[in-house]
Amino acid sequence: MSIEVLNLSRKFGNFTALQDVNLQVNAGELLALLGPSGSGKTTLLRVIAGLETVDNGQVLFHGEDATDQHVRERQVGFVFQHYALFRNMTIFENVAFGLRVRPKEFRPSDKEIQSRVIKLLQLVQLDWLAHRYPHQLSGGQRQRIALARALAVEPRVLLLDEPFGALDAKVRKELRSWLRRLHDEMHITSIFVTHDQEEALEVADRVVVMNEGKIEQIGTPDEVYEHPASPFVYEFLGNVNSFHGRLYHGRLWIDDLEIKTHRHLANDEETAAIAYIRPHEIEVLKADDDETGIAAKVSQVTALGPIVRLEVTRSNDREKTPVRVEISKEQFRELQLVKNDAVFIKPKRINLFSPSKEKIHISDFVI
Amino acid sequence: MITLKQHSILPGFNLALGFTLVYLSLIVLIPLSAAFLRTAELTWPEFWSIVTTPRVVASYRLTFGASLAAATVNVVFGLLVAWVLVRYHFPGKKIVDALVDLPFALPTAVAGIALTALYAGNGWIGQFLEPLGIKVAFTPLGIFVALTFIGLPFVVRTVQPVLEDIETELEEAAATLGANRLQTFMRVIFPVIFPALMTGFALAFARAIGEYGSVIFIAGNMPMVSEITPLLIITKLEQYDYAGATALSVVMLVISFTLLLIINLLQWWSRRRSSKT
Repeated sequence: MSIEVLNLSRKFGNFTALQDVNLQVNAGELLALLGPSGSGKTTLLRVIAGLETVDNGQVLFHGEDATDQHVRERQVGFVFQHYALFRNMTIFENVAFGLRVRPKEFRPSDKEIQSRVIKLLQLVQLDWLAHRYPHQLSGGQRQRIALARALAVEPRVLLLDEPFGALDAKVRKELRSWLRRLHDEMHITSIFVTHDQEEALEVADRVVVMNEGKIEQIGTPDEVYEHPASPFVYEFLGNVNSFHGRLYHGRLWIDDLEIKTHRHLANDEETAAIAYIRPHEIEVLKADDDETGIAAKVSQVTALGPIVRLEVTRSNDREKTPVRVEISKEQFRELQLVKNDAVFIKPKRINLFSPSKEKIHISDFVI
Repeated sequence: MITLKQHSILPGFNLALGFTLVYLSLIVLIPLSAAFLRTAELTWPEFWSIVTTPRVVASYRLTFGASLAAATVNVVFGLLVAWVLVRYHFPGKKIVDALVDLPFALPTAVAGIALTALYAGNGWIGQFLEPLGIKVAFTPLGIFVALTFIGLPFVVRTVQPVLEDIETELEEAAATLGANRLQTFMRVIFPVIFPALMTGFALAFARAIGEYGSVIFIAGNMPMVSEITPLLIITKLEQYDYAGATALSVVMLVISFTLLLIINLLQWWSRRRSSKT
C-alpha cells in the first residue's frame, strides 16, 4: 500500500520537528528515514503511525486521508527501538496479542491463533522460544519477536523506529540483512528510521535524508551517496574531505592550489565555495609522471581490514590539515607506504557547492 | 558442616547478618515471644474461653472485616490517585502529592477526632448524610472511614513508582496492535502493577488491623457492635488482666500472620509470572 505525506508540520513548543514535509512512499518498497537526532525522522514515522498528532498537513494511505484516523484503526505494524514487549506474557502470547484483542466477530478461533502465531514464530526462526518470557531472550531475539508481533495483525504498512539501535554491532548487521530478505519475501510497504548511514544504504530501496525537520534528499542509496544534493548530505553520508576555496574567473582556488576545468565555473566575481572529495576518490602515487598530482606527505597509516586509511598533509599547506585517503590493501602493498613517505595525491572527482547551494560536479579538471 | 555463607565479593556479610539478627530480635522477636510466653500462663481451656467469648469474636469480625473493606477500597482509589499523580500534569500536583503522605504523619488521635467532628450528626459532612439515614460516626461505618484514611498512602506510595516505570511505549505498542484502552489496561498495565498493588493492599490491611488511635474516637466503642480487638486488649490491660490481653493479641498475631503470608504467596506467584526485564 502506498503512503503519501503532504505538507506535514509539527511543532513541540518552540522546537520545529517537522516543517512542510512532503513524501511519497511507493507500495511494497522499503524506505529508510535517515538523519541525525532531532532531525524529525522519528516524529515523521510516529505521525504516519498515528502515534503523534500534526499541526498541519495530511497523511494518505492508499490515496485515502488517514490523518484523523486513530492508531488502532490504521492497521500499521510498529516496531520500537526498545522492543516494547509485554513482559508479563510469554513470547507466544506477545505475538498472539493483536489477534486476541480483536472484537469477537473478527477474532480467529484459538486453534487458528495457535497456528498463525507458530507460523510467524517460524518466520522469525524463533518458534522454539514460544513459551519463554521476554526477559529470557537476547536483544536480537526480542526485536525479531517484536517484528513477529507487529506482523501478526497483518498490517498494511510496517514502521520500524530505529529497530537495531539498541543492539550490538554484529547482531545489528545480521538482523539488517535478515530484514532485507524478509522484506523481499513479504513485499509489505515498510519505513524504518535510522541514524546509521551504513544501515540505510545497505537495507533500503530508497533513502530519505532528513535534517532539521526537512527532507534534504530522496533517492536510491546509490544516488544519495554518489550525488548528494547538499553539503549536509555529503557530510552525513560517509567520510569526506572538505576544502574551503574560492571560485574566481572560472577556476577553483584552494589556498594556492589552482584547479582548472573546461567547464565555465560561476561568473567573474569571486565567490566562496566548498569542495568535497571522498577518501576513496583520491589516488595515491609514488611518482608524479605527468605532473598532475599534489605533493603530500603521509602522516598516519591505519589498516582496517580490507582497506587502509591514510592521512596525508599537502606539502604546500601551511596549516597541515590532514586529508583522509582510503586505498585497498592491495594498492597499499604495491606502494609500500610508511609514515612520512612523500607521495602525490590525485583527486578523481570533486563535488563543488557554492553558497547559493548550486551543485557542480567536476571530474574533468586539471591541477 | 553446612555453611550458610557463600563466597561473595561483597564484604561484611557476617557483620551485617549478625547485626540484622540482633536488631530484629530486640525489636520484633523478643516482644512478640513475650506475648506468647505470657499467654502460656493460661491453661488451654482458659485460653480458649477467653478468645471465643461472643464479645471478642464480634470484635475480630469487626476488626478484620473493616480492615479488609478499607484496604480493598484503598486499592481501587489509591491506584486512581497514583495514576493521576503519575500520568497527568496539573497545577498544584506537588501539593496533592504531599497531601497523600499526611495520614502517615498526622497523629492518629488527631485524625480520629477530625473525622468524628466531620461525620458526627452535626458535622460538616454528617449533617447531610444523617437525613439520608446514613450514620457514620459511632458506627462500624465510621471505623471503616478511619481505616481507609490511614491506609491510603500505603497503596499510593507502593504503586506510584511501578506506574512511573511503565514505558508509554508498551501502551503505544498495544494500541498499534488494535487494543482499546480497557484491553490495554487489563492485559498490559494491570499485570505489571498487580504485585505492587498487592503489597500496598497488604500494608494498608496490616496497618488497619493494628490501628487504635483514630478508631476509638469515631467508633463509639459499643460492645458487640463497634468495638475493635485492640480496644478490648487495652480494656483488659486496664483491668490488670495481662494474660487475657496477651491471649487476644496472640490470636490477632496468628490471624494477621496467616493473612500476610497468603498475600505474600499471591505476590510471589504473580511476580514469578511477570519477572522484570
